[in-house]
Amino acid sequence: MSTTISTKFSRRSFLRTSSLASGGVLIGFNFFTACKDTVKMPVDISKLDYNDFNAFIKISKEGMVTLFSPNPEIGQGVKTSMPMIIAEELDVAWENVNVVQGILDTQNYTRQVAGGSQSIRFGWDALRQTGAYARQMLVNAAAAKWGVDASECTAKQGVITNAKGETLGYGDVVNEAAALEAERAAKRKALIESLAEGEQPPAETIELKDPKDYTLIGTDVGNVDIDKIITGKPLFGLDYKAEGMVYASVLRPPAFGQVLESFDDADAKAMPGVIDVIKIGEKAKDMLGKEQVDWTAKLAPSEKVVVIAENSWAAIKAKKAIKAKWSDGSPLENTKAHDKILMDLLDGKDFTNLRKDGDVKKAFKQADKVVERTYESPFLPHNCMEPMNFYANVTDSKIHLVGPVQTPASAASTVANLLGRDEKDIRLEMTRMGGGFGRRLYGDFVYEAAEISDKIRRPVKMFSTREDDMTTGVYRPAIKYRIAASIKDGEITGYHLKEAAVGGNMYGLIPNFFPAGALDNYQVDVAKYDSNITTGAWRAPYTNFLSYAEQSFLDELAEVLEKDPVQMRLDMLEKVKGTTDDRIQYSAERLQDVLKLAVEKSGYRTPKDGVFQGVCAYYCHNTHVAEVADVVMENNQPVVKKITVAVDCGIVINPLGAKNQIEGGAIDGVGHSMYGDFAFENGMPTSNNYDKYRLIRMNESPIVETHFVKNALSPTGLGEPTLPPAGAAVAIALKKATGNRLYKQPFATNMASKPILG
Amino acid sequence: MPTYNLKINGSDQSIEAAEDTPLLWALRDQLDMVGTKFGCGIGQCGACTVHVDGNATRSCQLQISQLDGKEITTIEGLSEDGSHPVQEAWKAIDVPQCGYCQAGQIMTASAFLEKNPDPSREEIRNAMTGNICRCASYNRIENAVAKAAEKKMA
Repeated sequence: MSTTISTKFSRRSFLRTSSLASGGVLIGFNFFTACKDTVKMPVDISKLDYNDFNAFIKISKEGMVTLFSPNPEIGQGVKTSMPMIIAEELDVAWENVNVVQGILDTQNYTRQVAGGSQSIRFGWDALRQTGAYARQMLVNAAAAKWGVDASECTAKQGVITNAKGETLGYGDVVNEAAALEAERAAKRKALIESLAEGEQPPAETIELKDPKDYTLIGTDVGNVDIDKIITGKPLFGLDYKAEGMVYASVLRPPAFGQVLESFDDADAKAMPGVIDVIKIGEKAKDMLGKEQVDWTAKLAPSEKVVVIAENSWAAIKAKKAIKAKWSDGSPLENTKAHDKILMDLLDGKDFTNLRKDGDVKKAFKQADKVVERTYESPFLPHNCMEPMNFYANVTDSKIHLVGPVQTPASAASTVANLLGRDEKDIRLEMTRMGGGFGRRLYGDFVYEAAEISDKIRRPVKMFSTREDDMTTGVYRPAIKYRIAASIKDGEITGYHLKEAAVGGNMYGLIPNFFPAGALDNYQVDVAKYDSNITTGAWRAPYTNFLSYAEQSFLDELAEVLEKDPVQMRLDMLEKVKGTTDDRIQYSAERLQDVLKLAVEKSGYRTPKDGVFQGVCAYYCHNTHVAEVADVVMENNQPVVKKITVAVDCGIVINPLGAKNQIEGGAIDGVGHSMYGDFAFENGMPTSNNYDKYRLIRMNESPIVETHFVKNALSPTGLGEPTLPPAGAAVAIALKKATGNRLYKQPFATNMASKPILG
Repeated sequence: MPTYNLKINGSDQSIEAAEDTPLLWALRDQLDMVGTKFGCGIGQCGACTVHVDGNATRSCQLQISQLDGKEITTIEGLSEDGSHPVQEAWKAIDVPQCGYCQAGQIMTASAFLEKNPDPSREEIRNAMTGNICRCASYNRIENAVAKAAEKKMA
């Protein structure tokens, strides 16, 4: 008998069961435990109602398990890892599990977002409880069939065994399980109704496995879509087609700040394959600044010209033939001016304080020495490999939307507002996404598709070209940090970080990350410049650049103090242990442990000849990470050869998928800090495709070696946390290799202007 | 509009399209073969890679009027059932994250291994450098190409 953990369980809040007309049982549950009480389950799989449940388990009479998963899959692997958690507790052989992307209707959804590395963290309890509950239902049914007590039965890999050694498969008892469950639910309901006002019903509990007994969680499971991906089957938004569908290419203002004045479409309309040229955007413009618009709504202040064509190529060509006149609705901005504005903000006094411990001013006044450094970063475009696109079919009775979006609920809500329609008329289906990185949190491409179809009353696929994507995006803001530390008697006595960002960056929780808590006098202030260039979330928002600035600064402080940079961080973390400050977001012990592990595994204490190593430790998105970058000189140029990553994300659900996220995050972090450069002139980006914008490629990629801290703590996400430390580890290693500290990203550009020491 | 006869994955296809239509869009929009992906449109990312007479070629840069008599292979025709050694290696190593660029990666890798069946790591890294993977699954792509090479040699 395996060890189990009893946990309080609120069946009413997220789980419903029903027998299927075709035989078998259907269990509906909510990943985010936000289900309403009034919901009824369908008796027929074809009548699945996704309004109230966001996932379903179907167990057939044959014992096959189908999981309908609605969660957005943007490459982070949740379509594989979330079902694994259910299958573990249900105790069913993984080869008997089939995962299907659920079809969604966004009406009544309360939370359907892929972002912030939160899917696994939020889903962990609900997914385990759902699997465990289903297993218990089946065991109860088998026990009833045998006339024995359920406690005498065990379930393993889809088979229930009693004390005599008799067995029944899950499929043999699904109908009985559903009947028993209906009986039990009715009893429970009667019990609750019989209670006096204010009296609480006894809590229901469910037995969960002890993590040490896991047989699926912690094993390597391949991507559930792998066969379709490697054979080129339609999976992505751009692959979706419908009967009668036409293609739309949107001409947007070439510069931020510009608005459409007029256009001549005569040449475009005369081109073969072109159906029509229309104008959209009036309604979106009207919605700007209105109450119903949430943070994911990217609405443009300008109208746009749209080519409707029979195929993509005709649409792309005809768009180039449109002669549009644009006028300046607001001043056109440029990077040189931003640089000065952000520096002026850092020099000024117009800050919002986000955290203040002790008295930084006093510490600086009493210091033997003050070290102050400024770190600079450019804007960054997301560059999802699949350009933005969406399918829309707006008719008098219904609106059908299909495509890749990280925030389907708010996209549907904005479309309803935009078109003056009822949300319940909208049906939104999500496809697999060719990357997200935060870009698909913003629903502009959904509104455009809907507005176009509303006007032409035809099914339409709006798609962007790479140039459209890169030049009319939502960018990681250009940010500058100024960090100052006071030193007294060989110790850091005060730390003051100031941020200036185009459009703003940091928010509430971030100033409570390391090194907050380690220093008595600590202050974080932020300032922002409001720009007409759209900025927003970009993989590991808030910390993707902050980590580099802070960790580079700590490395330099260690140098000034003549301390070992690892020991200095361990000592700082020692001070945080046992903190009673509940604002502190990280665990000092866990951050120390990953740092020690990375140091050990990278050979940091015994470096090889010619290998220059940079080390850092960082916490963000609920996961603790340390990274060591190895740089060697080749042909008098520094080359990043390897990144050793130590990760504490609690229980690792699927090591194969987890490592993929870790490797990708670290290389992405190296790539963007080395090469990512994006600037504006007269409101226009200076690069618009991969010939001018440099993304890291295979021959520049370091080898990533991953090591996990093993523990049985609740799992946290991995889509983002290994990106922020990579830039810091690289900068520190580059300093060792070349003698130069780097204060500005991208490193490749800013290194070139300086002499490289061999 | 003119008609073009193309030989794709061993079968003859007739397409009526403008002569400057890139093979990429003919495949995706007209022939319903959407495995070949649109990434950049200027031959810089490799997502649209197909084989033309066995050579890895960017289909976004190839006009259908230039393809008379050429043998074209797309990801859909690389094998009947995903059993090409490169596809099998991709599965064994579990390469993809988002998966969007992978058809192009596989087409580049398979053409490369035909010409260089026993490549060094350095040769693999250079051969695959024209294909961008925004999720940066580069370590796994490299390992999968090496694994496929081993398999082909065996």
